[in-house]
Amino acid sequence: MAVLELTDISKHFGAIQAVNGVSLSIERGEAVGLMGDNGAGKSTLVKMIAGNFLPSSGTIRIDGKEVTLHKPVEARRHGIEIVHQDLALCDNLTAAANVFLGRERRRRIGPVSVLDHAGMAKRAGELFRDLKSETRPRDLIRQMSGGQRQAVAIARTMLADAKLVLMDEPTAAISVRQVAEVLNHINHLKAQGISVVLISHRMPDVFEVTDRIIVLRRGRKVADKRTENSSPEEITGLITGAIETV
Amino acid sequence: MTVSLDDAIAHKEHTALSRVLTSQTFWVLLAVLAACVFLSFATDSFATSKNLFNITRNVTFTAIIALGMTLVIITGGIDLSVGSVLCLCSMVVAVTMHAGYNIYIGIGASLLVAVIVGAFNGVLIAYFGFPPFVVTLGMLSIARSLAMVLSNNTVVFQFGPDHDKLLALGGGSMFGIANPVIYMIVLALLTGFVLRWTRFGRYVYAIGGNEKAARLTGVPVEMIKVAVYVLSALSAGVAGIIQTGWLGAVTTNLGTGMELQVIAAAVIGGANLEGGVGTALGALVGAALIEIIRNSLGLLGINAFWQGTFIGGFIIVAVAFDRIRQRR
Repeated sequence: MAVLELTDISKHFGAIQAVNGVSLSIERGEAVGLMGDNGAGKSTLVKMIAGNFLPSSGTIRIDGKEVTLHKPVEARRHGIEIVHQDLALCDNLTAAANVFLGRERRRRIGPVSVLDHAGMAKRAGELFRDLKSETRPRDLIRQMSGGQRQAVAIARTMLADAKLVLMDEPTAAISVRQVAEVLNHINHLKAQGISVVLISHRMPDVFEVTDRIIVLRRGRKVADKRTENSSPEEITGLITGAIETV
Repeated sequence: MTVSLDDAIAHKEHTALSRVLTSQTFWVLLAVLAACVFLSFATDSFATSKNLFNITRNVTFTAIIALGMTLVIITGGIDLSVGSVLCLCSMVVAVTMHAGYNIYIGIGASLLVAVIVGAFNGVLIAYFGFPPFVVTLGMLSIARSLAMVLSNNTVVFQFGPDHDKLLALGGGSMFGIANPVIYMIVLALLTGFVLRWTRFGRYVYAIGGNEKAARLTGVPVEMIKVAVYVLSALSAGVAGIIQTGWLGAVTTNLGTGMELQVIAAAVIGGANLEGGVGTALGALVGAALIEIIRNSLGLLGINAFWQGTFIGGFIIVAVAFDRIRQRR
C-alpha cells in the first residue's frame, strides 16, 4: 500500500491554475524526485501535502485513508515531516533544542515539570549518529556548517515516526562536501523505511538518490518514471517542454 | 572517528570557564564589583550599611522591571510603556485603598490593570502585527494620562484602613534586607528558572532567534508574545506597588523616563535588542551598575548632571564589547 496517494489533485488561486489534475503515489522507503521549472507547481503541490494549502479538488490518502490537512500540525500528526528550504532553525539555540523545538521533552520534579535537557541532548545525539553526522547536540546552530544544519533539520523529522519526509531544495545553497552529506542523510532515511520526496533543481543530486522522478510542467504531471530508465537529458527536455510527455 | 557518542553528547563548544569569560554579564558584574571596591576606598560614605541598604533598595525598582523587559527583548520586542504603567498601577493601588478598600483589593485591582494593559499591547503586536515600538509608545502616553484622570492629577498619600500594611510592604525590611530586595531576588530566581527550565522560556528564545522557524515548528508564537508583554506590564505593576509602599505617596510623574533606564539595564546586562539573547542575572547586574553610577557620582561630589553621560557611555561600551566579541 502506498504511503501517500494523490488522486486528481488540483489547486487554483483565482483564475490561476497552479496544479491541474495531478495523481501520484509514493511507496514505503522510496525516494522520489519532484522536478519542474519555476512556477511548474512543485511548491504548491508540496504545500498541499504539508497541510499549508487545501486542494481545490482531488483527494489525499495516507496509508490508504483519505485525509484533509488543514494545518501543518495535522500533516505532522499523520507522519508527514518537512525540511523547509531555509531549514527553519533558531541560530541562538543548540542543535538539541532545535531538534526538539515545539516538541520538548519534559520530566517531573515533584509538582513542577521541567525541560529534560539531558534526555533531549542524548536523543539528539543518537539521531545525529544515525545520520552519520558529526553534529554535537549542545553546539549552537550559529557555529555550525551548512551540512550540520541540514543534519539538525533532518534529525527533527526523525523524532516522531515519520512516514514521509518532504525536502524542499535541501542542496540549493550549500558546498559540494555538504551536498554529499545531505544525500547521505537521504539514503539513511530510506534505509529506515522512510519515504522521501526531494524537490530540487540539481539534476545530479536527484539522479544520485532517487528511485523515481516525477516531472511537473505548468501544473500538470508530464512524466513519472524510474530513475534508472531515464537520463538527465530526457528530464531536462521534459522540464522545458522540448519533450512533450512520456 | 574516535569520539564516542557520549563524548559528543557531553561536549559543549565552550567550557564553563570560557563561557563565563565571554559573557557580557560577567564583565559588567566585574565592573560593578570593581566600582564597589574603588568607592569603598575613595569615599567614606560608600561602604556604610546605610548607603548599601539604600543602593540595594534603589536597584530593585529598575531591576524588577528589567526582568520583564528582558523577556520582551529576548523575543525581539521592546516595551516603552513600563514607566507609565508603573505610575498607573501605583495610582490604582493608591486610589483604591484611599477609597477605603483593603490592601488585597488594592493590589488585586492594580495587577489586574497591569494584565489588561499588557494584554492590550501584546494582542496588537502579536495578532495584528503592529510594531512593538509604536504600540508601547502609544501606551506610554495612554497609561500616564489615565493615571492623571484617576487621581485628578493630585498627590495621593492616604491609603485608607490598610495604610500601614502598604507602607510596611514597600518600606519594611527583614533580617536587615529591605523588602523590595527580597522581592527582586525571588522574582529574578523565578525568571531565571522559567527561561532555563520551562517550555515557555525555550519558546521565548526561539521566537527571538527565528520567529518564522518557531511558527513552522508549531510554537504558539502569538500566545507567547502576548504573555511576555503581560509579564512586562506585571513587572512594572509590581514595582509600582512596592514603590508606592516605600515612598508613601504617589504623584503622576512617578516613573517618568524609567523605560529608558530599564532598557539600559537590560542591554548593559547582555540582552540583545535584535532578540534571542538575555538573562535574568543580566537584568539585575545591569540595574546594579546603573544605580552604582548614580550613587557614586553623588558621593564623589561630581555634578549629578553627568549621570546621563556615564549611563549612556556604558550602554555604548557594553554593546561595543558585544560586537567585538561576536566578530572574534
